[in-house]
Formats: sequence, C-alpha cells, structure tokens
Amino acid sequence: MATPGIIHSGAPPQPRLQARSRRHSETVVKVVLLACAAISVVTTVGIVIALLLPAIEFFREINFIDFITGTRWAPLFTPSSFGVLPLVTGTLALTFWAALVFIPFGLGAAIFMSEYASPRVRGVLKPSLEVLAGIPTVVFGFFALVFFTPLLRDIGVGVEVFNVLSAGLIIGVMLIPTVASVSEDAMAAVPGDLRAGAYALGATRFKVSTRVVVPAAFSGIIASYILAISRAIGETVIALIAAGTLAQIVFDPTRQSETMAAFIAATGIGDVPTGSIEYKTIFAVGLTLFVFTLVMNILSIRLVRKYREVYE
Amino acid sequence: MSAATGTAGAPSIDHKPGFDRDRLVGWIFGGFLAFSLVISFVVLGALLYDVFSKGIGELTWDFLTRPPSSLPERAGARPAILGTIYLMLLLIALTVPIGVGTAVYLEEYANRERWYNRWLEVNIQNLAGVPSIVYGILGLAFLVRGLNLGRVLLAGALILTLLVLPTVIVASREALRAVPDTIRQGAFALGATRWQVVSRQVLPAAIPGIATGSILALARAIGETAPLLLVGALAFISFNPTLLGDFTALPIQIFQWISKPQEEFRLKAAAAIIVLLALLLVLNGFAVWLRHRYQKRW
Repeated sequence: MATPGIIHSGAPPQPRLQARSRRHSETVVKVVLLACAAISVVTTVGIVIALLLPAIEFFREINFIDFITGTRWAPLFTPSSFGVLPLVTGTLALTFWAALVFIPFGLGAAIFMSEYASPRVRGVLKPSLEVLAGIPTVVFGFFALVFFTPLLRDIGVGVEVFNVLSAGLIIGVMLIPTVASVSEDAMAAVPGDLRAGAYALGATRFKVSTRVVVPAAFSGIIASYILAISRAIGETVIALIAAGTLAQIVFDPTRQSETMAAFIAATGIGDVPTGSIEYKTIFAVGLTLFVFTLVMNILSIRLVRKYREVYE
Repeated sequence: MSAATGTAGAPSIDHKPGFDRDRLVGWIFGGFLAFSLVISFVVLGALLYDVFSKGIGELTWDFLTRPPSSLPERAGARPAILGTIYLMLLLIALTVPIGVGTAVYLEEYANRERWYNRWLEVNIQNLAGVPSIVYGILGLAFLVRGLNLGRVLLAGALILTLLVLPTVIVASREALRAVPDTIRQGAFALGATRWQVVSRQVLPAAIPGIATGSILALARAIGETAPLLLVGALAFISFNPTLLGDFTALPIQIFQWISKPQEEFRLKAAAAIIVLLALLLVLNGFAVWLRHRYQKRW
C-alpha cells in the first residue's frame, strides 16, 4: 500500500544558486574602479613621455656624451655649454651633507623609539616627529636662509649667503623622521625572541640594540637611507632658496651650487618659449633626475620586501 | 681538596665593583640616542620661534585681506589664501573618489595572481617616490603647454591630485584591509553581490580610516611648492583666483617673498608661513580627532 502524498520522483529539486539574471551594474562598477586604478598607470606613462620626447629632441641638438661628461653648465651664455656635471655634483654635494645628518641621527632616533622608550614615551615621540615631517619644504627653505645661514656665520663658519652647507644640513634634519619611521618599522619586525635570547645571555641594552636588532633589521635600515637619499636628490625648494642658482663644480660647502631640481624650478618659473633649447633643458635635466631617483626607489622597494619576507 | 676547587672555579655573576666599561658605553650610547631626537625638536623649536617672532607683527587683518603689492607695507596675502583654499576643495573632490576607487579595486576586486595587478601595485609604489618637481614637469608639458591651458588653478589642482594619489591609495587600502573578512563573508552568505558588500558593509566601516588618510595627504599637498612653481608661478596676482584663470597659492607667495631682496618682504613671508602652518595644524588636528573619535577595534 503506497502512502498517498509522498511521490518518489527521480532526483530532489536543485535550489538555484545563481542570480536569475546577470547583474550588469556589477560589471559597470568593476570597470569604473579599474578606470580609477588605470589613472596611476596613465600618470607613469605620461611622466615618461613628458620627459623622454623633449629630451630626445634635446639630444638631437646636443651631443649626449658632451651632456653627461661636460663640466660647464651655461645654457644661457654665448657660447652656451650643456655639461650637466655641475648640476649633478651640486645635487650630490647637498645629498652628502644631508646624509651626514640623517644617517646617524635617523638611526639613533629609531633605536631610541624601538628599544629604549617605554610605550608611553613612544606614543608621544612618534606623533611629535610626524609634526616635523609635516612642515612644508618652503618653510625649511626660509629657515635655512634666514636663520641657519646667519647662525653659521655667527659661530664663525664663513659661508656665502647661498651655500651648500646650510641647505644640506637642514635637508638632513628634515629627513630624520623619514629615516626614523622606516627604520623603526624594520626593527619592530625583528622577533622579540631574539632580544629575549640576548638579554638571557646577559647582554646589555646597548649590545642587544647594536649586535642583535640593528643587524637583524639591516636591510630595512638601508632601505630607509636609500629612500632619504632619493628625497634629498629630488628636494627642490630648500636647494633653490638656500643653496643658490649658480651652476659650478665646487667641493667647498660654504659656497653656492645649483642642483638639478633647483635648475628645473628656476628655469620653469620664467616664461621660456616652448620649443627653444632652453625649454628642452628642463626635460633633459628632469630625465637625469628621474633616472637617479628611480634607481634609488627600486633598490629601496626591493630591500623593504626582503626584510618583510624574513620575519613575517 | 676537591671541594675547594668547586667554589673557586664558579663564575662570578655579579659585576666587578669599580670601573664598568659596559655601563659607560651604555651611557654614551644612550646619550647619542637622546641627542638624535633632541636635535629634531631643537630645530623644530627654533624654526617655530624664528617664524613667529618675525611674522606675528605682520599678521594683521589688512595682511589677510589685501592683495600683494610691490610696496612691502601694502602687501597682503588674500589671493594666495583663497588660492590655497580653492586648491584644497578641488583636491578633495578629485583625489578622494579616484584614490578610494583604486584602493577598492586593488583590495576587493583585483586577483593578485594576475601579473597586471601586481604590476599596478609596483607602479603605485614607484609613483610615490617620484620627486614632486617631476610632477611639475608633467604639468608643464601636458597641461600648461600641451593643452595650452596656461598656468591656471585647474592645472595646479590636477597635478597636485596626481602627486598625492599614491598616498591616498595606500591609506585607503590600509583602512579597507582593517575591516575583518567575517563581515564580507557574512554579507556574501546572505546573498549580497560584491558591490553590495563593498558599498554597504566594507566602505562604511572604513570611512574613518579613509578620511584620516585623505586629510593627511591633503595637508601634504597644500604645502607643496615645487610643482606649483612650474604650473602656476606668477609675480603678481592681485585678483581673486578662478578655476581657469591665473592663480597663486600660499607656498608660491611665500617663495616669492623670500626671493625678494628687501628685508620687509621676509617678514611678510614669515607671516604667510604662520597662516600656512595654522591651516596645516587645523587639518592635522581634524585628522587626529577623526581617528580617535571613530576608530573601531574589531
């Protein structure tokens, strides 16, 4: 006797898991978001084109070898000369004096915050350093020219009104928070076990910091230095205001020297006619600057990734 | 005999009294670390003291409401202040949608296995390291000369947008990543589509983080001088800025006053720096307040 009501058909009905119709609005949203992301790609392509095309035209008129080996930069003089070395050495001199400040003191600040400060002190120090990092560069430029250069003269350093020393040292101080913050992140990624092991063996805080934490975070620290060097090379306004606009190869930091970025800004401010050789120098020097910083950035990104892979 | 050698050979755990080299080195090193931090704060203090002692006397109502002038005693900063405020508004309108859109794409939509998505991330990292003056060159080549826009407010705003976009993207991504996956999975389980999950669950939860990051990026942008020198520098702007007209902004105005030989203009520069720093303080303070007020711990 079969029970009525229960019908045994072959398979139970399958619930529908897909939406009844394709949702086109979802596709539209994804395309719009992808378009937003594409803007940064377009920016990169735009930067490369903006630099390359006029630079290629520039090198049709000026010999490339003369450009990168020439020791006289005088695009406005007759006879004009387009040797980029004075701008490159000016940039490197400024970077050297900045590095003299941010290499020791940036690392010192990072070690202090990571290994010495209590969480409460750290909670105060970190935002305070961020204040320093948030000051616009034009303000540092003002400070270097109006306060620091006269101060150097008062303490007996015979500097010119525009000089490499003052601008370089101020850029160095400006970059201390950058170095400290990136280095400290690297130190925070060092496992506590390593420190605890060293302390258990009787090491002092100094030895734990210098022989365990710093070596373990080494690639991150180097990355912070490279990042800061890249910033110093690209720094425009402080160099323009305090280091002067006279392109010359000098190793005496009390004298003035123009950097690549400062030249670009100084020339770009004026109304140079489009298509003139003077206009094209902006792009040739810009391309040189871009290559310098790009190499630094790629190195820095590689190194940061390396220390992340080790401990996370 | 054998018992005596046992105690004598035991290593001493206590430090020897008297001169302690380790402790001295520790002190010197501690002093160096403290100095590393002190030097930053000494410079910050000297900078603020110098700017305020020079500029506070110049900071009058006339200074805030008058246009610049070749006579120092008549020069004011009204067009520069207005220019900076307009730039801020344009920057918010441009960077936030594009930056958040990119962050949502990378965090919620992109398949990380695909080469073009990884390439996109490396590209954004590299853009963050491009010097700001190079963005100025981009603006000069394409907007000012290429499109023949001239040195107008819109060109300045567009270039600053591209400049801070990586910062906004990174901050927004961090805010999105902080939203726990359980919320997404719960919404998906209830049958929501991906956009419904993002727009109704993830984005609202991430708004405080996104807002904080965007304001900090904005604060960075309005202090930028180098790109604006190429895209917007003009000696005298005595009128109020318009979208497609010549403009000036506080950093440019400060730069121009510093560049003048007369001592009086340096004081004007100091006064304009105070205005700029006050504006940055308000923005940063707002960001910190937002973070504390709305920060969620999951």
